Parts: sequence; C-alpha cells; structure tokens
Amino acid sequence: MTGKVVTVTSGKGGVGKTTATANLAAALASDGQRVVCIDADIGLRNLDVVLGLENRIVYDLVDVVEGRCRLRQALIRDKRLPELFLIPAAQTRDKSAVSPSDMVRLCDDLRPEMDWILIDSPAGIERGFRNAIAPADIVVVITNPEVSAVRDADRIIGLIEAEEKGPARLVINRIKPGMVKRGEMLSVEDVLELLAVELIGMVPEDEAVITSTNRGMPVSLDGKSKAGQAFRNIALRLKGEKVPFLVIEEETGFFGRLARLIRPGGA
Amino acid sequence: MDAHPKVQIKGIREGLLITLGEGTWVEVHQALLDQVDQQAEFLRGARLALDVGNHVLKAADLGQLRNQLSDRDLSLWAVISNSPTTEQTAQILGLATRLAKPRPELTAARLETTIQAGEQAMLVHRTLRSGFSIKFPGHVVVIGDINPGAEIIAGGDVVVWGRLRGMVHAGADGNELAVVCALDLSPTQLRIANQIAITPQRRGKAQPEMVRIQNGQVQAVPWEPKKK
Repeated sequence: MTGKVVTVTSGKGGVGKTTATANLAAALASDGQRVVCIDADIGLRNLDVVLGLENRIVYDLVDVVEGRCRLRQALIRDKRLPELFLIPAAQTRDKSAVSPSDMVRLCDDLRPEMDWILIDSPAGIERGFRNAIAPADIVVVITNPEVSAVRDADRIIGLIEAEEKGPARLVINRIKPGMVKRGEMLSVEDVLELLAVELIGMVPEDEAVITSTNRGMPVSLDGKSKAGQAFRNIALRLKGEKVPFLVIEEETGFFGRLARLIRPGGA
Repeated sequence: MDAHPKVQIKGIREGLLITLGEGTWVEVHQALLDQVDQQAEFLRGARLALDVGNHVLKAADLGQLRNQLSDRDLSLWAVISNSPTTEQTAQILGLATRLAKPRPELTAARLETTIQAGEQAMLVHRTLRSGFSIKFPGHVVVIGDINPGAEIIAGGDVVVWGRLRGMVHAGADGNELAVVCALDLSPTQLRIANQIAITPQRRGKAQPEMVRIQNGQVQAVPWEPKKK
C-alpha cells in the first residue's frame, strides 16, 4: 500500500475542518479503506473528541516526533471501525513542537501501511498550516458560503499554489438552501466564480452534525443524514469515482412538495 | 568570519540578517546550513532575514530552505534580493522583501523610480489571490482576476484582462495621468496618484471600464475602442 496524504485546511476557523476530516475518515474506513487521521492542531486538539476517542489517548503526535514512543503506540484504533486510526495532537505544547519535515517523515513512515492519511490542519497560515500541508498529496480546502470564509479560502489556495501543492480541491460546507434561494447567502456559483478551483463537495447545513459531534459519532455513519451523505460522496470522489452532486434543497414539507407538483417549472 | 566568506551573520533591529555571498546556490545553501548548525545554540529561536544578493530562487528552493530553518527552530521572515523573480517568489510564500516596514504615507517616492513610468511593463499571467501583492515601478498588465485582498501598486498604468476586485494603485509615484482598465471593474478600493476612490454598488451587467483622473476626480468611463 502507498497511502495518499490528504490535508484538510481552510484558513478561517470554525468552517468545519475537523468535522470534515472525521467524516471523510469514517466514510473511507467504512468503505473498507485503511485510514489514519492526524490532528495537526497542536495545543487546540479536537479531532479526538469528534471521533469520540479522547479517553483513549496515551501518546500523541509530539511524543512520536520527539521519540518518546514508537509510531504504533500512538495509533489509536477507532471503537467502531477497525480500519480507522487516529494520531492525536498534543494539548500541552504548541505548533513549534513539530516542523514541516517531521510531518513529511511521519507520513512517509505511515504510507506503506495505510490507504489514506488525513491531516486536520489548524486555522491560520502560520507554522501549523505549513506543518499540515508539507506532506500533502492532495489539499482539500473547506469554506462556508460567506464572504469572510471565502476570502480566507482564496488566500489559502494562493499559498497552496505557491508551495506547489496545488491545485486545491474545494468543499463548500454548511450551505443553507433557503437562504441561497432568497439571495441572502452566497451561492455555490458565486463561490466558484471567485475561487476558480475544482469543487469536490457541497455539504448542506445539518443539525445532525452538531449532535453527532457531541456524541463523538461521525455523521457520515448515519445513513439518514443529508450532510453524512454529502461527506460519503466526497470520500468516493477522493477515491476517483464520479458521483453526481446532491441536489441541495430545503425541506419544504408536504405543502411545499404539493406546490412543486402543481407547478413543476416554478421558481 | 573568514572561514565562511559565503555566509555573514549580523544582528539588526528586527533580529538577524544573514548575507549570502557568490557561488552556486547549492554551495551557498550548504554553507548557510553548516554555519547555522555550528552556532545552533546561539541562534536558536532567532528571526532571520536573508539577503540572497543576486541568487535567483524558485518557490521550491525557498520553501525547502524555510522548512530546513524551521527544523532548526529558526524562523525566516524576510528575503532581500536583487532579483525581481526571487522577490516575487518570496512574496508568494508570504515573506517580507524589505527590512524597514514601508507603511508611511500614501505618497510618491515609495517606489524607486529608476524606470520612468511609461517605459517598462510587467506581464502577470495568473489570478492574484488574497494576500498577493505586486509592486512595480512601470506598468502592470494582468491576464487573470485580481481577487479581494490582493493588491497592485504600479508607477504607471494597470490593465486587467479579467475581474478587478482587489486594490489597485496606479501612478503611485504621483503620476496623475495613469489609468486603470479592467473587463469587470469592481475594486474594493482604487487609487490613482494621490486620489483614493471607492467603487459604488454596480447597477446592471459588468462592462469593460477605464478609470482616470478628470477635473481632479477619479472617474470611470466605458472602455471602448477609440473613436476618431
């Protein structure tokens, strides 16, 4: 096996990098792939919580890099998916505890044993971001359909191109179809017009994401969730499969559907 | 110092300044790493500015060097170079290219006018994303978009074959005859010489426009073929 290294980044904080990493990892692993996630957000770790593995941490990324444990010892196996592993970040250190070449070496050690190595990047464009993208084969940029997130995504995409890690792939997260329809939120087309990169996913806003995050159970394992479906599709696209994009529409209820039946061409 | 004529280190207000001498990049690069390793204890945690002189560096070279310095717990924040290519590379990587922070007034004389405005132009064939900055004493021609958060400061005119949504300063040396043209002109801010303008909300479809100073005011007019 020679694993592919996928770095998930965004520039702006809070757009859903960690959620996306956890869900893509879970989706790939439930598809029979061998996956490891690395939390590169040293000092502000979250990925362990989202995956529900925080109480199993013994060693972390910095322990591996500084040689206090072997790589195997820091790999935490997921409780539901036997092919999913996590290397957590250290909580008591900061970004400078790890260097870009440490990350490259670590990923080179993991490649022979894994199909996918997913790196959850911290927000920002400083050392932590450079650590996260140094080993990347594929960079996935997450953004939200709002001006500030798109502006930061643009900056990040520029930096990725400068580091010759491009072209970046884009996921637009937390789309609210109702607001887009009313013209109160940037549409997917608006975002693509500015960023001009390949779109590999559109994820609708979904309350199930919050409950699943709190429960430490990635939403992509929930068959009913729309967001979960979107993340599963992104995982398939990463594997190179052609999957049509979900039609993101507001849940209009019975009367809405009735109205659409009556005027199929309307709005 | 004599043992390493290729590398000189001295302290400056902003940290340390390393000046690289002549020779192939491979030699100089190695000499720099050797020197840094020798003085590892002394240098640990330092902020470095690097004067690379005439060396022409690509993004890969500079990126690699920055990562190697990061490994040694040194942070590279600026690269000073005589080569415009290297300066551009450094800017793309988010490094400073000047030591003194040049943010005084928005007046002339910020650009060294060895080139008279109107004599030379720079062609940029790419989209300028947020955070990207071009400073050039002559004219600037862009094939691609200028996204919000990107900026161009030119001594002469700026012509954009694409959407202009970032910041452009034409005639930055005080040349009031400078113009800015774009296929879709909706900059966050536009400056010509010492005048600053903000684009009003556009009504209707984008059309090519040209901006110049007329009667002491920044004005946009449709950008059309000249009528005789």
